[in-house]
Amino acid sequence: MSIKQEPEKRKKRKSNFSRRGFLQGVGITSGVLTTGILETQADAQTSAKVSGPGEVPITLTINGKPYKTNVEPRVTLCDALRHRLDLTAAKRVCDRGTCGACTVIMDGKVVYSCTVLAIDAQGRKIETLEGLSQNGRPHPVSQAFTDNDAQQCGYCTPGFVMAAKGFLDKHPNPTYEDVKRGLGGNLCRCGTYVGVRKAVLEAAGKMKGAARNA
Amino acid sequence: MPNTPDYHWPPMGQRKVMGTRINRLDGIAKSTGAAKYNSDLKPDGMLFGALLTSPYAHAKVKSIDTSAAEKLKGVTAVRVVAKAGTEIQWAGAEIAFVAATTEEVANDAARLIKVDYEVMPHLVNEEDLSKAGARAKPAGEQNTGDTEQAFKEADAVSEGHYGIPVLTHCCLEPHGQTIAVNGDKVEYFPSTQNVYGIAGDIGRALNVPVTNIHVHMEYMGGGFGSKFPADRWGLESAELSKASGGKHVKMFLDRATELTIAGNRPSVFAKVKTAAKKDGTITAWQSESWSTGGVSGGGLNAQLFPYVFTNVPNRRINHTAVSVNASSQRAWRAPTHPQVCYITCSALEDLAAKVQMDPLDMFLKNLHYTARAELYKFQFAKAAELMDWKKNWHARGDSGSGPIKRGLGLALGTWGGAGHASTCKTTIHSDASVEVELATQDLGTGTRTMVAMIAAETFGLPISAIKVKLGDNSYPNSGGSGGSTTVGGVTTSTRKSSVNALQKLFEVVSKSLDVPPENLEAVDQRIRVKGNPDKGMSFTQACQKLGVNTISEMGANVPAQAPQEGLNTGGVGGVQMADVSVDTDTGIVKMNRLVAVQDCGLVVNPKTAESQVFGACIMSVCGALYEERIMDQQIGRVLNPDMEFYKLAGIGDIGEIIVHMDIREENDKRGVVGLGEPCAIGGIAAIGNAVANAIGVRVPRVPLIPQRVLAALERRNA
Repeated sequence: MSIKQEPEKRKKRKSNFSRRGFLQGVGITSGVLTTGILETQADAQTSAKVSGPGEVPITLTINGKPYKTNVEPRVTLCDALRHRLDLTAAKRVCDRGTCGACTVIMDGKVVYSCTVLAIDAQGRKIETLEGLSQNGRPHPVSQAFTDNDAQQCGYCTPGFVMAAKGFLDKHPNPTYEDVKRGLGGNLCRCGTYVGVRKAVLEAAGKMKGAARNA
Repeated sequence: MPNTPDYHWPPMGQRKVMGTRINRLDGIAKSTGAAKYNSDLKPDGMLFGALLTSPYAHAKVKSIDTSAAEKLKGVTAVRVVAKAGTEIQWAGAEIAFVAATTEEVANDAARLIKVDYEVMPHLVNEEDLSKAGARAKPAGEQNTGDTEQAFKEADAVSEGHYGIPVLTHCCLEPHGQTIAVNGDKVEYFPSTQNVYGIAGDIGRALNVPVTNIHVHMEYMGGGFGSKFPADRWGLESAELSKASGGKHVKMFLDRATELTIAGNRPSVFAKVKTAAKKDGTITAWQSESWSTGGVSGGGLNAQLFPYVFTNVPNRRINHTAVSVNASSQRAWRAPTHPQVCYITCSALEDLAAKVQMDPLDMFLKNLHYTARAELYKFQFAKAAELMDWKKNWHARGDSGSGPIKRGLGLALGTWGGAGHASTCKTTIHSDASVEVELATQDLGTGTRTMVAMIAAETFGLPISAIKVKLGDNSYPNSGGSGGSTTVGGVTTSTRKSSVNALQKLFEVVSKSLDVPPENLEAVDQRIRVKGNPDKGMSFTQACQKLGVNTISEMGANVPAQAPQEGLNTGGVGGVQMADVSVDTDTGIVKMNRLVAVQDCGLVVNPKTAESQVFGACIMSVCGALYEERIMDQQIGRVLNPDMEFYKLAGIGDIGEIIVHMDIREENDKRGVVGLGEPCAIGGIAAIGNAVANAIGVRVPRVPLIPQRVLAALERRNA
């Protein structure tokens, strides 16, 4: 469930920063990080602006609000949220796109925030768990996680809630089997999956109800 | 002189709060992201710590040069812990610590430290005992009865070898802390299972009295036995703060370091020979086992063989501890039990196959060798009903002609779990608010919620009327959360402090009701006269009589007295049954169902109790099918210190899990008993047995990855 963008979309994006610029800036040759996607994207932006290696100012749009901070270009969105902006719902656990504890929603897509550079997240619409509650009322997914005891230590929970929210946005009528497949990108150590399955199905029902009433 | 208050739990049928399914009190905070873990803290001016570790499994530090790191802009302090001459015993051992203004700079600085090592020979794998040489230390043979004679007289003898590797705790919140040291004042925010006791570690290291050390932790992201001490990173972060003008230093281990040095549980490998009569009565057990718990060897209490069936009359037990160049073991949910259970239940299932018996019948036949025959008999019957065992079980390997083979397996476990020492303070305010304070911690087990439930039950109040304050060492002392001792300890101390406080309230209102205090009771938010429920007043009115005063009373669980008081005891049993399908073409094992029937005495909150058992079952699926710390003898390092290759089960990998809490009056009468460990014991063995039953051959070594399953099938066909 890591971020994968189609090249077309990438070209249209108005970013001040490019992958190639970043790679040059921090002195890592593209030989270290060669994937087809990176090559394609870098080639698409020949007039790259070098950024870094020091801190650069960035603006992130999180939960509808602009946040300004300074980060080195190598800083991930996860670390920028947690260390710079004090938005700590997303947790850093594996730090390499496996466990899903740092899940946020970016431009409507569920992404691992540890696999996105903060500078690349500029101009994107970022949703974090902090923005999910409305007027102090927990989102139906959060409520369902509590009611179904889909959490123990709770460290994977924020990522799971965001993954579930993103999943339900795309699959409002999931079956039990859909939930087992759709949330396979998040790992829990305490073993809360039984509760998570129930919670996601229950939240799906409530969210549909809310949509009907709206 | 007032009578000794009656602390007994209300009878099972008369409880209003205890025994009901209550949502955990911190559920919304956790599921909305509002819960601040200590790894989330960011006090003003906070610095980040980073750690340089040894790349070699065994080496001597010849020289270390920190000058480049010190010069890096943003670095505030560098501390060397492995000075020249230090012998390193495992890869990942701490060499030096750095503090800097950002985490990126701290990591850069750690990388700039130049260390010259003299590399020495190492051993990191214990599975092949013949290669361990002098690093293998036999513990000596223990003999009971006449094993040799028993094997001679037996109707059936079974021999097998079994293995369960080193696992790592892989806590999602890594080990670490945020800490500030200003002169002799310390603010300490660790991720710990030991909120009260952990200050002592820092105090001793800094020579500061614990009264000057404030420990606080509202939430923690998983420990499983690995988070008791302050650890090197705690002590050094304190020193870094001191050296950086007292600023907060935050240092939580990165994932690779977390999996390499922050906790693992010992492996166990064993060659086992067992004997039985035709009717399935076990007559002899012989095991030669070995294990490693890291460089110290250690690792196993072999006295536990044969697990639960401890009183098999003829036993010969040998165990060898192997020292390897890897970080030291730490406690893990039910230390030793899951491994010993796996070896024992595997060997006994193989023995059952030898005498051509349903292992369920064989286990039942031998329950007289266990300490709780009646309990297990009931639990096996319940589990068999939930699994429809008699209908679904087939003789080993007799699972049809297609490539997918289905099988069932079973196991059983036991644990102590009596309450630890715990002290609690309950305060009643004149506005009828009630607070309960104790320096325990909620690891996600629901401790906070259960404390509130006990106080609510005692005062006849709804749970929302109780404020629980925990996770802070300024509250009364409560033990560390290990060995499933927390729930017995904190429920007992909360009950006693709350009963004591209620007694005082009764004394205050007895005059206006004109009855002696001992004739009063607190029910349905009222203080009323026993036997005359209309005579009384609301709890709020009663508290108003306190005027400017409050009532604060203490209560304690004293383990030595607990058996007489009966509020908590130790000793539980549980059984697991697994149902798997094995694809004999690919070797892939798929979980169908896992059934757990678990006793833990009086169950305070069935909702969170079930969650614990679900979690333990899922952890067992991980251990049976996925998890293993892989060490490479060439480079001497952990090959999979990450979450791609140190595999945990995902939400789709666990099949269906059915949990039955063994809530019966006879269990309830034993009082509260801990649950975290006992339910985490039998699952791996049950799954291993189900696979053997499915494919007709033992896959000796977990995790049961396709390669091992296929290799076992090949041996069978050879």
